[in-house]
Amino acid sequence: MSIPAALRRRTPRGTPATGRGLRLPVSACVVAAVLLAVVLVPLLVPLDEQAVDMTNKLHAPSLAHPFGTDDVGRDVLLRCVYGLRVSLLVGVVAALTATVIGTAVGAAAGAVGGRTDRMVMRAVDVFSSVPHLLLGIFIVAMFRPGVWPVVISVGLTHWLSTARIVRAELLSLRSRDFVDAAVSGGASRWRVGVRHLLPGVLPQAGLAAVLMVPHAIWHESALSFLGLGLPTHRASLGNMIQDARGTLLAGDWWPTLFPGLFLIVPTLAIASLAGVWRERINPRRRSELML
Amino acid sequence: MTPNPPALELRAVTAGYDRSAPVVREASLTVAGGEAVGLLGPSGCGKSTLAKVAALLHRPYAGTVHLGGVQARGWRHRAPRAQRTAVGVVFQQPRLAADPRLTLAALIAEPLRATGRKTEALTRTGELAGSVGLGTDLLGRRPHEVSDGQLQRACLARALALRPRVLVCDEMTAMLDASTTAALVAVVEEYRELTGAALLAVGHDRTLLERWCDRTVDMPGIALPARAPAPGPNR
Repeated sequence: MSIPAALRRRTPRGTPATGRGLRLPVSACVVAAVLLAVVLVPLLVPLDEQAVDMTNKLHAPSLAHPFGTDDVGRDVLLRCVYGLRVSLLVGVVAALTATVIGTAVGAAAGAVGGRTDRMVMRAVDVFSSVPHLLLGIFIVAMFRPGVWPVVISVGLTHWLSTARIVRAELLSLRSRDFVDAAVSGGASRWRVGVRHLLPGVLPQAGLAAVLMVPHAIWHESALSFLGLGLPTHRASLGNMIQDARGTLLAGDWWPTLFPGLFLIVPTLAIASLAGVWRERINPRRRSELML
Repeated sequence: MTPNPPALELRAVTAGYDRSAPVVREASLTVAGGEAVGLLGPSGCGKSTLAKVAALLHRPYAGTVHLGGVQARGWRHRAPRAQRTAVGVVFQQPRLAADPRLTLAALIAEPLRATGRKTEALTRTGELAGSVGLGTDLLGRRPHEVSDGQLQRACLARALALRPRVLVCDEMTAMLDASTTAALVAVVEEYRELTGAALLAVGHDRTLLERWCDRTVDMPGIALPARAPAPGPNR
């Protein structure tokens, strides 16, 4: 007997079941490969990614140089790995910074409520009315080029959405009957917060942090591309794409293509993993799984 | 000799979620010690809001609440713990009233742990679960792994954990079948017999509340429609 179409369980957002099945292993493999590469390559390959060799400049991909060489003879594969290493470091640290700030602000607004909540959230609205790339450029411009100004810039401009998510989640949880039951059962404010509210908020904050990582990586690359991120001699995906713009017009595609792929593929994989996580912790999805 | 003060008394309570349009206006209600009162009213008339005011979980715009003759001076966390825990509450929807992360054992023990009685929590959790008819095999499960009836039993055990002097049951049996309803009502009655606690049972099932409670009152300030005749088989 076939199940009526209206009763059949739907895949989330209409994605075909096969695509959903592959998404997790493919994304996990890509992220694992990237992590292994950025950790192991600098330890195992005794080459200098900044070493210039003008006799080898702009060599097309070959066995000796799988991704070719750039306009000053540096190995593109090695520089891509080092560039991704920096981008991941900046992405993870900046995302954690933004999440900590956002969670603290959102939790304070949601927990205190009333006038404090309104004032904090209006301040968040004002802050978010300024384009964050512009604000980021302003912040990095105050320091000398380096990794930490980029981390500070991305961290200080990306906590707003986390603050909104945490506050909204907290307000939603606060009005639930189980919180009323805890209050009626004699729980202190601290216990209600730590035992009932925080565990409900942390998965959302963690998810926001993971979703922030690819965004932060793109920001770092954008700042480096504009010449405001890492110093130009350091391997960074943004720097590499910026340096290779001229060679692309001459028909040398590899110094641009591979850093671009190194930027797109890992960030899509991280975002995809975060998407799987979001589906798992989404209560509607969870109740679907229980049926 | 002065007569015993009522276990729960609401005097001219006005409450709601918008000061310009309160849900409950000037409602007064008295529940004597050991008495069971059924509060009847149609959906949306403010019964649950009044129940939350009685349990000191919702601050009214006007009026006072007295527990054992003592006026409540605060609401939610601002109410003294002794007053808050003097009223046990069972909510209508057990799924919303149970923290999804806690096992049933942790759920039942939560009021004891929250009030610093950790050793008592270890010994009394099983006893409380047994008193509401929950098997020990269910205590390690989380709310999504048990039925509504089993979860409501756990919620009732949680409400009884601190031996409240007043029990507020806000449509406790609305989502349950007849046999579970009968079992939960029996547990409440057994507890009341044992402790002499008062009961405020909120609902719209007149038949149930009239059988269960010593008296029923219609939601104060609400004009109830006349009882309609029972629908015929073709309706």
